[in-house]
Amino acid sequence: MATVETLYLPHYPSYPIYISLFKNVSNAKFLRQQLLEANAAFEYAFLDGTMILSPRHLHAATFRALNDSVYNRLKSRNIHSELVFSLSPNNNIADAYRRFGIQDSTTSLLAIKIPLSNPEITAESVSKHLGDAVEGESVAFGEEALKGVTDVKALRKGVILGMMALKGT
Amino acid sequence: MSTAPPTIGATTPLPLPSPFTHSPLTLLTQGAEALVFRTTLLNAATPVALKYRPPKPYRHPLLDKRLTRARLLAEARVLVKCAREGVQVPEVVAVGVEEGWVALGWVEGGTVRGVLDGYTPSHPPSHPPGEQKDGQREEVLMGLMGRVGRAVGRMHEVGVCHGDLTTSNLMVRRKEGEKAQEHFETGGGHHTAGLEGLDGEIVLIDFGLATQSIQDEDRAVDLYVLERAFAATHPVAEPLFREVLRAYGESYKGAKVVLRRLEDVRMRGRKRSMLG
Repeated sequence: MATVETLYLPHYPSYPIYISLFKNVSNAKFLRQQLLEANAAFEYAFLDGTMILSPRHLHAATFRALNDSVYNRLKSRNIHSELVFSLSPNNNIADAYRRFGIQDSTTSLLAIKIPLSNPEITAESVSKHLGDAVEGESVAFGEEALKGVTDVKALRKGVILGMMALKGT
Repeated sequence: MSTAPPTIGATTPLPLPSPFTHSPLTLLTQGAEALVFRTTLLNAATPVALKYRPPKPYRHPLLDKRLTRARLLAEARVLVKCAREGVQVPEVVAVGVEEGWVALGWVEGGTVRGVLDGYTPSHPPSHPPGEQKDGQREEVLMGLMGRVGRAVGRMHEVGVCHGDLTTSNLMVRRKEGEKAQEHFETGGGHHTAGLEGLDGEIVLIDFGLATQSIQDEDRAVDLYVLERAFAATHPVAEPLFREVLRAYGESYKGAKVVLRRLEDVRMRGRKRSMLG
């Protein structure tokens, strides 16, 4: 069982969002492989925890993904990939995954699940599935927990370089 | 329009775009183009100002959509540019490009307009003129004007012209932990002798008419509009504005040229003569 935070964004009270944070993850390669194979059981946004500055940073991207999803104008395949894409300062989905998504070397993992209107998915089921699938130490998600995880230097590099690319186009 | 005009301060069920349709929003102010609400976004602890540009029923829907979209994007881009360059502006929290709204970070504080209304030296002599206090107040006020000048200068330096620079579009950010001051909220009327809240940094707001321009003419017009706003706010605001210009003149390279250009603009008004 993993610790799962249930988040409700203001103005979207009917869409729960499940967030869990893992440290010392050892099977990132396997998890990433599931994404690449589009394994339906692994419908998550797997993020590299080092690239998330604060809960608010994540909330902003989540809001954007959710809002676009409700309006049916996702630019990527599903809401979870859209979340990763929303974090990126540029318009390249693959690039967004490289910067913010899970890598084979990832040890700090953020897993986010947005079930939209699927009543079968609950905090419990997410917790159980993640607890089984992720080999790592589950920590409660929050400002403090993220602080120890974020790699500000890498983040700064990623975002600023992204912005420069944006400027250049 | 068939619906009654909303009143400021009321929680109103305006036909807002999703996801705000059913949220209780507090209407703060209404302009010709946009309505501004206070609400929260991302989490309950993050207050934002939601600026919504409702569709104009008298325009062709397609044209309306394009105009709204273009203006919204222009505003958001200018804000992001300012923020990146370190000009104090509210941050862009989220944008609904197609629906015509932008959520801006909440600036806690009051407008320079409110400060001027309550503070200018001519305010009622019913107030015993404790000389030392007056002198001190003057000093603090001048400091504030200096910061206004530098804030505007900084904005111009990065290549942004505001387009509607008035004293109501300049805010003084309240320092964290400081209590709300009455003179801020009420504008005129109340005048507390306190100096609190005047040492916050200047935040520029409302970039709805802003352009990315480095032309002296546009910059000078910005200053001219601000000058008129000062004059309109208070008849004896002139020495205050002189301080604004002084600080502006020192704020960046090229500011002096703009000040000279301001003389021309003063002579002829905001619009350039199209004759000859």
